[in-house]
Amino acid sequence: MTKITFVKHDGEEMVVDAENGTSVMNAAVDNLVPGIDADCGGECACATCHVYVDEAWFPRVGNTNDAEEAIMSLNPDRQETSRLSCQIPVTDEMEGLKVRLPEFQF
Amino acid sequence: MSVAEQEFNHMFGKDPYSIPLEDYDVSQPELFMSGTELPYFERLRKEAPVHYCKDSENGPYWSVTRYKDIMEVENNPAVFSSEPSITLVDPDPDFDISMFIAMDEPKHGDQRKTVQGIVAPPSLAVLEPVIRERIVGILDTLPVNETFDWVDKVSIELTGQMLATLFDFPFEERRNLTYWSDVATTIPGPDALIQSIEERQNILLTECLPAFTKLWNQRVNEPPKGDLISMLAHGKETRDMGPMEFMGNLMLLIIGGNDTTRNSLSGGVLFLNQNPDQYDKLRANHGLIPKMIPEIIRYQTPLTHMRRTATEDYVLQGQNIKKGDKVAMWFLSGNRDSEVIENADDFIIDRKLPRQHLSFGFGIHRCMGNRLAEMQLRVTWEEILKRFEKVEVVGEPVRNYSPFVRGYAELPVQLRPLAK
Repeated sequence: MTKITFVKHDGEEMVVDAENGTSVMNAAVDNLVPGIDADCGGECACATCHVYVDEAWFPRVGNTNDAEEAIMSLNPDRQETSRLSCQIPVTDEMEGLKVRLPEFQF
Repeated sequence: MSVAEQEFNHMFGKDPYSIPLEDYDVSQPELFMSGTELPYFERLRKEAPVHYCKDSENGPYWSVTRYKDIMEVENNPAVFSSEPSITLVDPDPDFDISMFIAMDEPKHGDQRKTVQGIVAPPSLAVLEPVIRERIVGILDTLPVNETFDWVDKVSIELTGQMLATLFDFPFEERRNLTYWSDVATTIPGPDALIQSIEERQNILLTECLPAFTKLWNQRVNEPPKGDLISMLAHGKETRDMGPMEFMGNLMLLIIGGNDTTRNSLSGGVLFLNQNPDQYDKLRANHGLIPKMIPEIIRYQTPLTHMRRTATEDYVLQGQNIKKGDKVAMWFLSGNRDSEVIENADDFIIDRKLPRQHLSFGFGIHRCMGNRLAEMQLRVTWEEILKRFEKVEVVGEPVRNYSPFVRGYAELPVQLRPLAK
């Protein structure tokens, strides 16, 4: 299990235990984190699991992949560290990962 | 009936398993008007999930009918282009209205970004009380224990008012928006709303375009505000649009917000009547409304399909799609695919993952107004349940003559008030 912190847009933090081999999106959905709808179920096709990765964490999480970029580029509210959480795998290296939840997704 | 119509209506009324698959053409409007279309798609999913129709009223086309295959097509916009059209009907070269739903990158994204703010969640929070007030206004004037047409009095009226609000269009002229949307999507015919494609073009060019051009000219000279025309008039990517492109994008926003929500509003009433156990469950727990709404949208699938056009040869499920071929992604069928959606043929208002349906499409062209549509439907049902024990369907619905817009022309109902 890997600990991941979701920070709501009002600052409230939710710490959840995520199962390795799943995605950060799965961790959010399984723990009823609000604002992560994941309509497409992790196919990188709906952009409803958008997160802002904490700046300090971003180099480790890495940049968007091509499929992700195609759909994220349509969002005027995307930021430098925006990712789709279904495209971030949960591994031991992600222990302590912090992501913020965008207001536009509530 | 014209020769073409006679030739291309051989499916209707026949046992789906009696017709050879090579003669299948699921785009025939009679199937949808009679409400008998689903078993044909069921057979395609089972026996020919990527199916080639060698001829139809709109020429040859592929049908993709399984959920996962539709997702594969949606997620590959470089191979499956939205140009030149997202319906099987090819655009008329003399009437080239262009809309971003039927554009590829980068133009699609540039134009979409300009207007999507108005239907994004933060502006929905602002719109919700306005929408609720309008809905209450409509529901409170309806007759009780008396037969009326739900489509006209509620579904059309409500979506018309919503559109007028979103465009800041003159409120008393709001039925024009519904009318133009219907003109744009109706299949021309002797008994139809329009008799010919020329009539459609004429109405749109001489009525719709001037009305909106007038509003554009007003808005462009005012400071930017939160309605769609103002956004288009001031948006960096849209302010220099030509008239046909302006009209195309207007039609897209009008149609997008009209037929779809309208038919889901009617469909929900019908499905709850067909499934009294679900209506009971809803009455006992209004908290189920947010889960019920996406289920209504799945079950209705108000736009049955979108077309793509192959930009190169592509093999899908062993079938060789050739460059230039038309490909119909049948959302209606994918939404009934039991490999992905459990008991897909059943209407179940408390599904675990209700939003995993294809009605909004997926990928970069995914419906921009999906959360607005859900909100309108949710608020409507919240207010219905506060007032009425039952919206009772008292006659057969009249369905649309269209393989694209799946919905209802009439739905007779009577309202039963809550016991005081």
